[in-house]
This record gives sequence, C-alpha cells and structure tokens, in this order.
Amino acid sequence: MRGNRRLRVLGVLLLTALPLLLAGCSSALLDPKGEVGMEQRTLILTAFGLMQIVVIPVIVMTLLFAWRYRRSNHKAAYNPDWAHNNWIEAIVWLIPCVIIVFLAGLTWYTSHSLDPHRSLAEDGEELEIQAVSLDWKWLFIYPEQGIATVNEVAFPANVPVRFRVSSGSVMNAFFIPHLGSQIYAMAGMDNDVHLIANHEGTYEGRSTNYSGAGFSEMTFEAMATSPEEFDSWVEGVRESSQTLTFPDGYAELVEPTINHPVEYFSSVSSGLYEDIVSSFLGGSEGIHVPPSDGGHGHTDHRAGEESHEDHGEISPTSAEAAE
Amino acid sequence: MFGKLSLDAIPTHDPIIMIVAVVMGIGAIALLGAITYYRKWGWLWSEWFTTVDHKKLGIMYFIVALVMLIRGFSDAIMMRIQQAMSVAGAEGYLPPDHFDQIFTAHGVIMIFFVAMPMVIGLMNLVVPLQIGARDVAYPFLNNLSFWLFVAGAALVNVSLVIGEFATTGWLAYAPLSGIEYSPGVGVDYWIWALQISGIGTTLTGINFFVTILKMRAPGMTLFRMPIFTWTSLCSNVLIIASFPILTATVALLTLDRYMGMHFFTNDFGGNMMMYVNLIWAWGHPEVYILILPAFGVFSEVVATFSRKRLFGYKTMVWATVCITLLSFIVWLHHFFTMGAGANVNAFFGIMTMIIAIPTGVKVFNWLFTMYRGSLEMSTPMLWTIGFIITFTIGGMTGVMLAVPAANFVLHNSLFVIAHFHNVIIGGVLFGMLAGLIYWFPKAFGFKLDEKWGKRSFWFWLIGFYVAFMPLYVLSFHGAVRRMQSYGPEEWQIWFIVALVGALLIMAGIVCTAIQLYVSIKNRHHPAYVDVSGDPWDGRTLEWSVASPAPHYNFAHLPQIGQIDDFWEMKRQGRVTVNEGPYEPIHMPRNTAAGPIISLFSVVVGFGLVWHIWWLAIVGALGCLVSFLARVFNDDIDYYVPAEEVERTERAHQQRLEEYRKWLEAHPEENPNAQVRMEG
Repeated sequence: MRGNRRLRVLGVLLLTALPLLLAGCSSALLDPKGEVGMEQRTLILTAFGLMQIVVIPVIVMTLLFAWRYRRSNHKAAYNPDWAHNNWIEAIVWLIPCVIIVFLAGLTWYTSHSLDPHRSLAEDGEELEIQAVSLDWKWLFIYPEQGIATVNEVAFPANVPVRFRVSSGSVMNAFFIPHLGSQIYAMAGMDNDVHLIANHEGTYEGRSTNYSGAGFSEMTFEAMATSPEEFDSWVEGVRESSQTLTFPDGYAELVEPTINHPVEYFSSVSSGLYEDIVSSFLGGSEGIHVPPSDGGHGHTDHRAGEESHEDHGEISPTSAEAAE
Repeated sequence: MFGKLSLDAIPTHDPIIMIVAVVMGIGAIALLGAITYYRKWGWLWSEWFTTVDHKKLGIMYFIVALVMLIRGFSDAIMMRIQQAMSVAGAEGYLPPDHFDQIFTAHGVIMIFFVAMPMVIGLMNLVVPLQIGARDVAYPFLNNLSFWLFVAGAALVNVSLVIGEFATTGWLAYAPLSGIEYSPGVGVDYWIWALQISGIGTTLTGINFFVTILKMRAPGMTLFRMPIFTWTSLCSNVLIIASFPILTATVALLTLDRYMGMHFFTNDFGGNMMMYVNLIWAWGHPEVYILILPAFGVFSEVVATFSRKRLFGYKTMVWATVCITLLSFIVWLHHFFTMGAGANVNAFFGIMTMIIAIPTGVKVFNWLFTMYRGSLEMSTPMLWTIGFIITFTIGGMTGVMLAVPAANFVLHNSLFVIAHFHNVIIGGVLFGMLAGLIYWFPKAFGFKLDEKWGKRSFWFWLIGFYVAFMPLYVLSFHGAVRRMQSYGPEEWQIWFIVALVGALLIMAGIVCTAIQLYVSIKNRHHPAYVDVSGDPWDGRTLEWSVASPAPHYNFAHLPQIGQIDDFWEMKRQGRVTVNEGPYEPIHMPRNTAAGPIISLFSVVVGFGLVWHIWWLAIVGALGCLVSFLARVFNDDIDYYVPAEEVERTERAHQQRLEEYRKWLEAHPEENPNAQVRMEG
C-alpha cells in the first residue's frame, strides 16, 4: 500500500507542474506584443500540445504498469518470456514517426516564415536600427536619423524594424522577449533580425549570451511608441550635446563599463556601423581602427547588403562559415 | 622563475574561497593522517593505485566522481542562494567574477568530472564481467586513463586555491575565452584539465571498443550481448569519434592564447563561429556518450526487477545505433540564433527531432518490459520509473527547443537550463545511481540499504521538480542563464522555490551518504551480505560469479548460447558446481606507471597554466621517461596458479552450500519466494 501512496504523491507532483506552466500566461513569451512573438507563442503551444499525444500516455502507462504488475499483485498476468510483438513494435515506431513528420513539416514552414533575416515589410517600408553590443552595454545607431543611443531604443509601433546586429567585443545576443526572435551579435559580422511591435509600450531587452562580468546588467529599454512620440523622442536625442565619432568617440565608448546609463548622441559619423563591423576585418590591434581610409568608402559594401532579403545568411563576411 | 605565479595568486581577498580552502585542507590532512596512522599507504598503493583490475578502477572512478559531485553540487547551491537574493539592484553575496567562476566550474565538474567518471566507472565495473572476459584489452592503459582523469580533476581543484578558474561558461566560447578578453589563468586551467583528462577518456574509448569487439566469451555474438554492453559499445564509438574534435579545438584555442595565433579571435581573420561549431560537434555526441550507458542500465534494471526478458531487444539495439549515428548531425541546434539561413536551421531542427523517434521507441520498450512482468519495487526500479517520467518530460522540452523558430525565443534562457538538467539529472544521474545500487553487491559483496536508498530517491525526484520547474516558468518571463543579478522582483519567488528544490536534492545526497554508511556498517548482516553472487536473480553473466568477483573474474570462460544465457541456465537447472580441473590463469601485473605518468602530467599542466616553462619541461620529461620505463618493462604479466584459483572457487562454493542450507531453514528469507506463476 505504501507504493500506492507514493505513486499518488508522484501524480500530484506532475499535476503541479501544469499550473506552474500556466502561471507563465502573463509572461513575455505567452503574452507577446508583436507579430513575430505571437506566431512563436502559437508554435510553442502547438509543439507542446502535439507531444502530449506521446507524453501523457507514457506517464499514465508508466504509473499504471508499475502499479498493476507489482510483485504483490497476484491477479496480474506474468509472461516472463513475452518479449516481442510485431504489432506493438510497429505501433511504437509509427506513432513517434507520425508526430515527428508533422512537427518536421511545421519546423520547415516556420523556419522560413519566422526566419529572422526575412523582412516583415510588405512594401519595403521599414525602419533600420543598428545594434552593437559592447562591454557591457548596447549601442543603437539610427542611420536615417543620424543619431545614436546607449541602452535605450525607441521605434514606432506597427512599423517593421530591421535590427542589424553586430558586436564591438565578445559574442552577445540581442533579444526583446516581448517581441520575439533573438540573434547573435558577433564582432565583424553583420547579422540581422526583423521585429515589429503591434502594441505600444516599454519592453525589457537584454543580451542573452553570457559575455563577462557586466553581462547581468546588459539590459536596455525598448520603447514602442506612436509615430508622433517617436518623432519627439528623436528630436530629444538630437538635442543632446554629445556626438559620436569614429574612431575617437567610439574608442571611449568601448571601454568596459557596467550598468552604463542611458546616453544620447545627437549625431554620429556616417557609416559608423559599417566602420565598426569592418574594423575587425583589417586585423589591427587595439581599438580596431580600419587601415587607411578612416571609416569611409563602404558604400559598395552597403549596396550589396540591401539586396539580401529573405534567405540571408549572416552577410557578407561570414556566409561561408555559417553554411 | 615562477612565470605568472606569485603570492597574489592565492585569493586571500575572498573569504568564501579561503574558508573552503581551509576546510578542504583540514579534510585532506585528516584523510592523509588517517591513512598514515592506520598504515594503509602500502595497501592503497599496491592494491588500488597501481591496480589494473577493471573492477577496482571502476570503484575508484566512482569514489572520485562522488567527491566531485559534492564539489559541483556546492557550486549549485551557491548559485541558487545568490539568485534567490540578487534581485532589483541587490548584489547578493557573490560578485560577478566569483559567480562566473562558479557556474563555469559547476558545468565543467558535473560533465567532465562527475557524469563522465560515473559512466566510465560503471563500464569498467560491468562490461568485462558481462561479456565473460577476464580484463579489458589494455589493462595498463585502463589504469593510465583513470589517473589522467584524476590529474584533470586535481587541476580543477588546484585552481580553487591557486589562481582562478575560467569565467567563460563551461564551453569557453571564443572570443571571450581568448587572451584578449580572458587574460587570467582561469581558461588555461580549463584547457589543461580538459586536455589531460581528455586523453584518458580517448584511451578508455579505444580500450573498451577493442575489449567489447575482441574479448567476448565464446558463443557471445554481437546480438547476444547484454544491452548495457551494447550501449557501452556505442558510447565508446562516440568517444573515439568525438573526443579528438574536442582535443583539436582546445588545442587551437591554446595556440591562440599561448602563441598569439588567430583561429578564433575577433580580428586577423579569426572565426568565433568556427569555435562554436567545433565545440558542439564534440559537445552533442558527448551528451549521448553519457546517456546511452544510462539507457543500458535502465534496460538491465527493468528486465531484472520485472523478472522478464527485455521487450524488443533487437529494436533496442537498433534504436541505440540510430541515436549513435544521428548524434553527429544535430550539433547546430545549439546555436540556431547564430543567424544561419532557414534551410540550414530547418535541416538541423528536423534531424534533432528524428532522434526523438528511436528514443521514444526505447521508452515504449521499457514500458512493455514492465507489462506482464512481476515488478519488484527495489531502489533501482524506483530510479527507473522516476527516469521514464522525468526523461519523457525532458525529451518533450528538448523537441520544443529543436524547433528553430521556437528556439529563437527559448535559446540561452533558463528553459535550456531546465531542459538539460531534466535529461541529465533525470537520465544520466538517475541511471548512474540506479546502476550504482544495482551493481554495488557485485563490487563489494553486500547490498546497499533499501530504506535510505528509497529516501534518497524521493528527495532527489521531488527536489528535482521543485528546483527546475520554476526555471521553465522563469524562461517564459525572459530570464536567461548565467545572471549574477536581475531586475524584475516578481522573478524572485521562483528562484526561492528553486533554492528549496536544491536543498531537497541536498537531502537526497545526505540520504545516499547515510545509505553508504549504514550499509557498510551492516555489511556482514544476512540482510545485506550477498553470498550467492546473484542477489537480484539476475540475467547476465556478471551474476554467475561470486560477489565480489575474483580478480580473474571467471575460472573457466563461459560458453554462451543465447541472450540472457545465465537466466536460462538457472531456469533449466543447468547451473552446475564447477568441479575443475582448474588451470593457471594469465593475468596482467599491477603497474606504477599510471599514477607516476599522471603525477608528472599534473606538473606539466600546472607549469603550462602559469607559464613556468622549466617546470612544464621537467614534467614532460618525467612523463616520457616513466612511459619509456613502462614500454621497456617486459615483466608485465603473470599466471595465477591453478591451486589459487581452485582455493578461491572452492571457498565460494562452500559459502554457497552453507547459504543454500540456511535458505532451506529460513524459506521466508528467499528473495525469489514471492514470484508469481506464469500465465
């Protein structure tokens, strides 16, 4: 009888696991604020649900068989040599296969539809923001507006945003949980992720890939605003007395800091992001100043960038390695 | 003279480390003192340290693994306490530098110095007995493998007191692990601990691969091998194929750090993505190196305690082989978020899911082994049932992570942490503890206490769920791994729950310690002692010899006619008393070369970590000379005289006879008395 009580404890234990998951309902991933995140929530719940077809029967059968065929139960059958049955073997291969075929289809479809490199803008209208991970803060550059910020990013809601993501230091990953997909930030690599906010609000963003001592505080606020608020935010940044130049101002910024305050730069040197990416390609030491041309003349490189649309690998320096 | 080493390397500024160091120092002095006081050095040296007996090496692997488990678990508790405190601006009690060392050490220790030695220890203890062999193919290499593993573990422990350990995470991703971003010695400790113990692991892989293929008893075809041996074979194939990748990758990182090269640096054409690819090309097979033997343990346990043949033996074998092959083409699922194209991600996602098919089949086969069995709810069986449920849940979350588009929000979050603890605790650790209890009598001649064993199980099982379910919840709130502190206050309660879970697990570990103590104390008690050599009414060859097994294992090599041959022989009453005649048995001699080479390898490692080049050269020469001395030593084997074999075997038979009479007088004590009739 002791066994019975213990199995019940086990059952209760498993049941408590469910509400634990339900408690996550108001969480970032289960209450997303953008199209990408919403599709990902559906995907997670679908995959979870599909697998219950196997998981629940397995748990029930485990407890049932353990109870039914306990040694002290003299009513249960005992066939010590029964070790093969073609039907059962066929079924236990078939059921997982069917589920996996279904999941594989879903995987193939969503890997393409939710590909972070795929633009969300149907008519090509999107905002480009360039995010650079530094030790230990995020630099956001607005190439069209010619401004930059640290540890704060704003964009209008309902406008597709293309985040181009790179690193001025070690590997990090750019992630705003409420909006969906994250992507690695790597030095010398020009990565990107396309996101959209369908609700206005302020969302926590952070690096998810451990990058050293200041990693825990490597967070930023992502503000999805109305178009007017965005314009006035841009104006606010433009009023800042600070500007960001490459390589001198940038060299100051890359110095490791923890819990870096929000900073606004009213103007940045043109091609700053490209300069940061290509600063690692030349291979100089120190703060990675590119040789000779001082950060200009990357227009060709950018033109090549624009053409990469929906099935892009990390471009252009890394395409072969990523394959 | 002393390279980078100076007195500053001792972290006197950190009271926690210094207290730990003092406690460890006192413990070590007490242990060494006790050994000296009881004059056990000679015995330890000649009977244990220099042994080439696979059973003793297996036991030593387990002892070191359990000690390292305590170290790794202390790290876990420290992390849990820190994260239960460090909310909303609170810094907790561990500064980032210390916290980062702790999670790095926790991962490295638990995988390389707990899980691996448990798996390899169990293979050592069991595989030669299961295939009817008298030792492994290369007994000296087996001893050397063990000591190289100890050398690696020693370097990790030295790093606690002299210098620092890596602050990079257990896989030391470049470029963070490069000299530019990690100028200290932490990564160097990581490098040399892994390289030295890695050589040992590779040698073990080769050793057991050859042993299983070439040294099986006559008549034991591949498809008559016990399932644990099958899973060990596959695991060793994986070791041979994957560990060289690790060695090469770490060697390239070493060139970056020591010679200023640029394989994985940010600039000069270095490629950190190559590092991540290579490390996982080893890392993913590695998890199957751990889990396959655990699957083998469960297969043996479930058949024995269901008193029934394993359902679908051939299916099990093929499922294992499928997993072995597939494990090499899924590595990219560890970094879907790196930005590879959709086709690449989809391919690796689908390959990963395909592994779930043979794994699912295995689960069903265990279930159908229980079906119409006669289940004895012994401790190993409880671990098995706990495993099936826990591992199924872990497998499910694994498949969720394998969908790239879902992985984009789950990657690097606590979901990943919860998932792999779900499969590594629920799979590997449960399996190793089940295996420890199951084969303990074969190693020592007495059974472990069931009451404390079951208490340990329940604490571990419940503790696991309490500790890791909150992490799944937190991941949905955006909590990521390796956070020394975090902002949102509503997260804290979940971290506190997780801490409670960790404390429950600690209670489980304490129960295991008490279990060992109680059992050792009562080892001569009839309820504990294993006279028959077959305490569970087992099915495979290891149960046909005495417990503990004689050092030559089998007086006569058995003839195998089918799967579970020993079980069939018992059922048909063909188990006969071996009357001889006995013959001299050819056995390997003990060797001091293993521990000596290993000691010098620690010297090499330490010298290289601190850039003390002369010390490294001295160590390397020591390794070379002691290796050559071993190579040119012809006196490496001997014959166990027939009289000694006869004496040993007769003593066992006499005990068996006495036991049989005792059982006749006490029929209620017969472990097999309750078995139901067929039908």
